[in-house]
Amino acid sequence: MALQSLDIKQRSATTTPAPSVRQTTEVAKLIDVSACIGCKACQAACMEWNDIRDEVGINTGVYDNPVDLTAKSWTVMRFAEVEEGGRLQWLIRKDGCMHCADPGCLKACPAPGAIVQYANGVVDFHQENCIGCGYCVTGCPFNVPRISKDDGKAYKCSLCSDRVAVGQAPACAKACPTGAIQYGSKSDMKDYAAKRIADLNERGFAKAGLYDPAGVGGTHVMYVLHHADRPQLYNGLPADPGISPLVSLWKGFAKPLASLAIGAVALGSLFHYVMKGPNEVSKDMEKEVEKETEQ
Amino acid sequence: MTNHWVDIKNADLVVIMGGNAAEAHPCGFKWVVEAKKERKARLVVVDPRFTRSAAVSDFYAPIRAGTDIAFLGGVINYLLSNDKIHHDYVRNYTNAAFLIDEGFKLEDGLFSGYNAEKRSYDKATWQYQKDKEGYAMVDETLQSPNCVFQLMKKHYSRYTPELVSRVTGTPKEDFLKICGMMAETAAPNKTMTVLYALGWTEHTVGSQNIRTMAMIQLLLGNMGMAGGGINALRGHANVQGITDMCLYSEVLPGYLSAPTDADKTRDEYLAKRTPKALRPNQMNFPQNFPKWFTSLMKAFYGSAATKENGFCYDWVPKKDGAYDAMAIFERMHQGKMTGFVCQGFNPLASLANKRKVGDALAKLKYLVIIDPLATDTSEFWKNHGEFNDVDASKIPTEVFRLPANLFAEDAGSFTNSGRVVQWHWKAADGPGESKGDSEIMAALFLRLKEMYAKDGGKFPDAILNLAWPYRIPAKPAPEELLMEISGKALADVTDPKDPTKVLVKAGDQVPGFAMLRDDGSTSCGNWIYGGSWSQAGNLTARRDASDPSGLGQTLNWGFAWPANRRILYNRASADLAGKPWDPKRTVMKWTGTAWGGNDIPDMRPNAAPEEHVMPFIMAPEGVARLFSPIMADGPFPEHYEPFESPLDNNPFHPGNAKAKSNPAARVFKSDMDSFGTAKDFPFVATTYRLVEHFHFWTKHAHINAVLQPEHFVEIGEELAKEKGIKAGDKVKVRSNRGHIKAVAVVTKRIRTLDVDGKKVHTIGIPLHFGFKGLTKPGYITNTLTPFVGDANSQTPEYKAFLVNIEKA
Amino acid sequence: MQVNRRQFFKICSAGLGGSSIAMLGYSPTAALAEVRDYKLARATETRNMCPYCSVSCGVLAYSIGDKSKNAKAEIIHMEGDPDNPVNRGTLCPKGAGLLDMVHSPNRLKYPEVREAGSNEWKRISWDEAITRITKHMKADRDANFIEKNAEGTTVNRWNTFGFLASSAAANEPGYLTSKVLRGLGVVALDTQARI
Repeated sequence: MALQSLDIKQRSATTTPAPSVRQTTEVAKLIDVSACIGCKACQAACMEWNDIRDEVGINTGVYDNPVDLTAKSWTVMRFAEVEEGGRLQWLIRKDGCMHCADPGCLKACPAPGAIVQYANGVVDFHQENCIGCGYCVTGCPFNVPRISKDDGKAYKCSLCSDRVAVGQAPACAKACPTGAIQYGSKSDMKDYAAKRIADLNERGFAKAGLYDPAGVGGTHVMYVLHHADRPQLYNGLPADPGISPLVSLWKGFAKPLASLAIGAVALGSLFHYVMKGPNEVSKDMEKEVEKETEQ
Repeated sequence: MTNHWVDIKNADLVVIMGGNAAEAHPCGFKWVVEAKKERKARLVVVDPRFTRSAAVSDFYAPIRAGTDIAFLGGVINYLLSNDKIHHDYVRNYTNAAFLIDEGFKLEDGLFSGYNAEKRSYDKATWQYQKDKEGYAMVDETLQSPNCVFQLMKKHYSRYTPELVSRVTGTPKEDFLKICGMMAETAAPNKTMTVLYALGWTEHTVGSQNIRTMAMIQLLLGNMGMAGGGINALRGHANVQGITDMCLYSEVLPGYLSAPTDADKTRDEYLAKRTPKALRPNQMNFPQNFPKWFTSLMKAFYGSAATKENGFCYDWVPKKDGAYDAMAIFERMHQGKMTGFVCQGFNPLASLANKRKVGDALAKLKYLVIIDPLATDTSEFWKNHGEFNDVDASKIPTEVFRLPANLFAEDAGSFTNSGRVVQWHWKAADGPGESKGDSEIMAALFLRLKEMYAKDGGKFPDAILNLAWPYRIPAKPAPEELLMEISGKALADVTDPKDPTKVLVKAGDQVPGFAMLRDDGSTSCGNWIYGGSWSQAGNLTARRDASDPSGLGQTLNWGFAWPANRRILYNRASADLAGKPWDPKRTVMKWTGTAWGGNDIPDMRPNAAPEEHVMPFIMAPEGVARLFSPIMADGPFPEHYEPFESPLDNNPFHPGNAKAKSNPAARVFKSDMDSFGTAKDFPFVATTYRLVEHFHFWTKHAHINAVLQPEHFVEIGEELAKEKGIKAGDKVKVRSNRGHIKAVAVVTKRIRTLDVDGKKVHTIGIPLHFGFKGLTKPGYITNTLTPFVGDANSQTPEYKAFLVNIEKA
Repeated sequence: MQVNRRQFFKICSAGLGGSSIAMLGYSPTAALAEVRDYKLARATETRNMCPYCSVSCGVLAYSIGDKSKNAKAEIIHMEGDPDNPVNRGTLCPKGAGLLDMVHSPNRLKYPEVREAGSNEWKRISWDEAITRITKHMKADRDANFIEKNAEGTTVNRWNTFGFLASSAAANEPGYLTSKVLRGLGVVALDTQARI
């Protein structure tokens, strides 16, 4: 059995310290957007390996399909047509979980063991522990997790933790026909990225660079971008992602003594949010919490 | 492909034109990305649409669909007028120096010898001048006005950058930039590779599109080189193998031209197909034709094929005309066909003019579908609402549907686009009662044989005597069949120079086609596969991926035809003395006693450079043809407009209506009325594949249906604005043959082009959808396409025709 | 302690009490986390080839069952063959979705016939299918076979029957098809290679 075959670094809603003696290699997936042809092999491989099949949708007038992440589509290609200097660029980004070093989803999650971060950097959801509250959705600075209509639980890319655990690359990385998705140790991926960036610089992309945002402690899914100075060009990739203040607050709340000291307003909002569902009030609530924390 | 997939990584410049490798061949395209990453190669894409290939290119230029010869002819003009050619290569390895008949000319868009009635050419004036020994005459100074080089220069001098831009719609500066990039590879140690596919073949000038680029590659000295060549990216996984097995009417397995009514006797037949060398000392490899043909007859008819009966020559059916898919459907439409079988083929969806195809099928007495899937064709008789609006009760065709296995359910070999034959193994049984293709063919054949043996009938000899040596007659094993294809000695094969020396023992598999004989002592089902299963066993199953060459040659992985050779014409990768043009990418070199290097020599191994045996061994000239006397529509490619063109005339020949479109392309009289004009159908349409789908198969696979669920058409922003169409709107696209409805994708990737003083809009139409499958039910794209084919290959013109569009 | 959504709401509405402490991670239950079991651990691996485009990628087909008599092999997964020099383990979206082609609900499972003018398929046996088809073929061939043309040349052709051959078939059935058709005198023969 695969029981704890990956060392655990953090576990949602758990304050028992994780073992930290063993040093596991940090892994990462590097998405070289400059080599991506948007073929969706990653989407197909992801569905096939993970035994998920989304519904057959419709064409909405774009190449993107499915048009957004769902509980059954853990990765999607996002296409953007950008015209600069009279020349067209078709920027295609593979969207999905970034496997943040400082995962907002895990911090927000109130269900013990529903979200786990392994020592190798993979952030994995354990649906058997998930209560479907949707905090992870709000907690995620990249808007990645989705709640399933079938079982009310949260789903997202697992970085194929079952493959990674036996030494294989995630299904998407293995499949990628142009090598736009590379997989290996995070340090090797950074070295590889440096080589790609030098090549892009030589081809006239002066601002090419690596996307490994510090606001979430770095990620275990990184991008090589031709325009690293403007990540928003790639269908709104956030320039400076960070964990929402709500989640930081909740994290504090998770420490029981501190939690008792937290103002009732914020707490009330949180419970209201839980009762009403994840997507309705999150913005208002964030503002409210921000106000509270400023006081 | 003259080269192979992995070899693309050796290129300095990759040009994708007439294809979209990233979309249609993503895993092969990885070697383009590799060339970019590791060799700093540049990628150029020329296409009517900014494609997925263009998305990762260094330079993209738009082009009007169907004007590739104008573009490439302009490149030839650029190379010649700027003296950017590989001189030694051109002088020695091409027919540049050959003298052509003085009567040859191009006048007002027509070559000499045109017969308007027959829409064909008498090629008498397209021939080499010959000396009294029958050899072609040459002028090595390349100065004679009748030498190929000067004729070519004159022919393409008309292709000025201004005219090219006016015809193609490609901005002049973009065109010149690409010319300059290509010209850099005239350096002996620089190579360009060209990747094309159906974007070149599916035109009424399809073969000439390819020839024009082949000429450029010869002028630049890129043929035979690692990272060079002209590479057809074929369609299906085994379309190369099935082409090699010659499942089409013109040829028998191994590309042996099939007999016609004019070939009354075996001797006449062989004489016409066994050429004499056109230059001294050349290998003239086709001189071995009688050996290949006789060995094939021994494989077909075994001991019944004897010297006395001309090895059953008369048993081979003779052709009395064209029997390509369009000709077959034309015959069917005329009510001349009784029965028809579609084996893994969906003609209702994949042939041009769906309505004509459906009407033709309804005239059959019986139709048999052999397929793993419930195809659209199998239900051509069924009413699927607006998508297939027919009345079943009025269609008398009896239709049988036989379930066939898929790839994973049978063992056997596939030949990839790079001619590498690879074996695969069976993983599971097919569903229900499905059977393998061989088993189904055996069932049909053995039952017929039984009936002919019992009841007699017309000419039973060829049926009763067809060699059937399979251990289980109802289930010929793939291993037995590959051994038969590869060939064996029926009697001891001896050395022609020393008859006491036995080269292959009776009963042994031949090591290669060099051992085949024309006296009935060898049997071989397909000479080019000779040696694929030798005494050493099944070479197609080899799995040693080691690559000491570093070029990706992997000579011990599978088996490449011919003779396990990975790069064709590889002798041309070295200079006359046998020294590699680029020693860093040595494919072939003269070692002093023999040809060696990193491939199987495409040359007699001991042919010393002093013997002047030239690299193009399949041509009786020994050199490559810049001027080709065998093409149906002209020895030099010339620009002609698509049959449905947005222009009133051919800007190269505005005064001659006969030269507007390819004057030698075949048009059936009944189809003449089906063409539309720019007045009613002002927009250029082109059809293509999407990466998420494979033809009409993957609409039956859930994952792929999710990735691209519904039929759409792509239009540029300008046309969308003009027509008030927004992304996501339902639109109706009409041609003179019918209409389809689909969702509009509005994109910056399709530009409006300035062509000959007018604006030309392009509409892109993917082909994958239909009324059967897991994708949303849809129209069949080929409802729109015209039933007219290339002059040489009869491939339909799917890539350039006229339509109109409106909001549905 | 495992908490489901409903229990969590209960806890919430009960206000912050001792129960929340457990919920917040001070659970005495051992904290277990395991990755999904590796589904190929005991699958049979077969070397195969993608049937779609002409890159002919090597694929590994994984099936359940160890080929023992009573276990029916069923393909459960396919991925790229890393040894294949061309695709090196990669696959495109079509290749990566091959499993759904193998198991497509639209696979044909048994022979069927649609009678003249009928609006439906009818299941028939292989024997009936072969019998009926070959009867048609023989009647057609015997009626329309041309042994000699008008000039008296032996031509031995049967051109009222046509065949479109599969480009998805392997070389071996392709060759056999070619051999059988030429043996029958068929000239109206073509393949996807042309289009």
